[in-house]
Amino acid sequence: MRGALLPAQLAAITSTRTGSLAIFIVRRILWMVPILFFVILITFSLMHLAPGSPWDKEGGRQLSDTVVNNLNIRYGLNKPVTQQFFLYISSVIHFDFGLSYQYQNKTVSGLLLESWPYTATIGVLAFLLIIPVGVSLGVLAALRQNTRIDYITMGFATVAASFPNFVIGALMVVVFGVLSYKATGGNFYLPTAGFALDDHLIMPVLTLALLPIAYTARLTRASTLEAIRQDFVRTAWAKGLPERLVVIRHVLKNSLIPVVTTLGPTFAFLVTGSVIVETVFSIPGIGRAFVVAIESRDYPMILGTTVLFSLVIAVANLVVDVAYVFIDPRVRLT
Amino acid sequence: MAVPAIAVEQLSQWELPEQQIGLWSDALQRFRRNRLAIAGAALVVLLVLIAFGSPLLVHLGIIHDPLRQNVDFIEANPGQNGYVLGADQLGRDTLSRLLFGSQISLAVGILVQAIILPIGLAIGLTAGYFGGRIDNLLMRFTDIWYAFPDLLFVLVVVSVFGPSLITIFGAIALVNWVGLARLVRGQVLSIKEKEFIEAARSSGSAPAKLILKHLLPNSLGPIIVTLTFGIPNAIFLEAILSFLGVGIQPPTATWGQMVFDGYEAIYANPSSVVFPALAIGFTLLAFSFVGDGLRDALDPRMRR
Repeated sequence: MRGALLPAQLAAITSTRTGSLAIFIVRRILWMVPILFFVILITFSLMHLAPGSPWDKEGGRQLSDTVVNNLNIRYGLNKPVTQQFFLYISSVIHFDFGLSYQYQNKTVSGLLLESWPYTATIGVLAFLLIIPVGVSLGVLAALRQNTRIDYITMGFATVAASFPNFVIGALMVVVFGVLSYKATGGNFYLPTAGFALDDHLIMPVLTLALLPIAYTARLTRASTLEAIRQDFVRTAWAKGLPERLVVIRHVLKNSLIPVVTTLGPTFAFLVTGSVIVETVFSIPGIGRAFVVAIESRDYPMILGTTVLFSLVIAVANLVVDVAYVFIDPRVRLT
Repeated sequence: MAVPAIAVEQLSQWELPEQQIGLWSDALQRFRRNRLAIAGAALVVLLVLIAFGSPLLVHLGIIHDPLRQNVDFIEANPGQNGYVLGADQLGRDTLSRLLFGSQISLAVGILVQAIILPIGLAIGLTAGYFGGRIDNLLMRFTDIWYAFPDLLFVLVVVSVFGPSLITIFGAIALVNWVGLARLVRGQVLSIKEKEFIEAARSSGSAPAKLILKHLLPNSLGPIIVTLTFGIPNAIFLEAILSFLGVGIQPPTATWGQMVFDGYEAIYANPSSVVFPALAIGFTLLAFSFVGDGLRDALDPRMRR
């Protein structure tokens, strides 16, 4: 029996923790396939349901039939829809998303490769900010429960969690860009547009990170409040450990567990948030490219960006789910 | 041995509280004690009044027509010539556009919930009640739907079908029903196992009656809470669409659009960004306070 597993062997493998972990990971990875397939299917169908052809010009003179025919051949639109779909799927596997409608000499993957470093820089910086800042605020609020520190921190978190990020971004631009420029005669202000590896990054990164920081702080506060009432924490205090050690060694380990589960949604938020932040601060990243593609109905670009974003989010969720199993041994693998 | 009549009387007095407090009046009491929730509710009521009252204010000549342009006052700063909050890039009154903008936000928030409710109930009740293969199929379907980043989906739909009101409301509803469906399913699954359902079933209730008389009323609290939290979410998505320039088309006044327009001239007239931005922020804050208050009031596990 080469390759195949006997049922008995399979049962033996799944009965061990390592074995069931391996099967869990494999199943989780395989689950990504239908998700990405349906994301492509839904987006692809929506685009083919769109009224009119992509070559229709608003108002003005229409393209001649010969030109439309040539364009259809160039973009493979003369083939049956189902064939187009499966051709697209097979080219996506090779990271080929076809040609852009808007810039007819550029490929979608080329455009994505051009713009991803901007999105990644801001996203990674925001991600690095979220955990330390959010967790410290949450722990601080919990340790000083019902004091002014707690109220201020949670008040900030509540406001930051309800204000949409473009509103936060716009208000920051007004305060730290416009008003401080006017007030100091141009001596102190933060740049409000463009990308550079200096103070240009401050406002975009903060805008992107503020909402996840607020969520993390609220969640950490709740889980820390639960953790500091546990018996082992009381024991740690009774042993005479200083507060620093009690918090770092005993409380933090337990209060961090629920935070890990939010990292998946946080990542998704950072990815879709790039659409907003890059528009507010005029950064030429993937999010901005997506908005431009939406405005100009550049379907291959829209499809490519959607697939890429969904893939990134699916992988992030996978990593978080697997990491969670390692962090919390109580998790059941089902 | 006869029990003295007086003892029976005393016992019955002791056992029965003077006034029975029902679930809803208890919830109302607890909601009233929550100061933030009351503040949120007051702001929501104010918004509703503004949304309905602003056409009247224009009619009475108290505020300007939100669509009337005055080239002399383009980007007027607050306080200039009767423009209390200034004017925008076409010389339209910011205050009246701000007041009229509440109409779109409230309409999106509430109508989207009206679309979500039947979809979420149908899918959640079916999956939870029948279980088994139907449940599995429906839940895998919602999982896939859930994996789709919602902002991207809305943007794609709007770009394909054009930014009409129906498209925008429909697209926002399409990404938001999943949460409700999952919640209803979970509620049904847990209530289904309770004794009173067993009793109703064994006394011969038909499935339809069981669902409508027992399962639905008992999961009403969490459904109301979910719909309340859905309102700010829908308002938020509409505002983002308008901000990105693919939302409800001008000249209709929407807050997102106002932030977008004001952004072009942010150095000349920062107030044209600040006021609509704050309007969006505080509206969302108000709805989330109401949602928090309702959740605490309606969740029986919180009861002490």
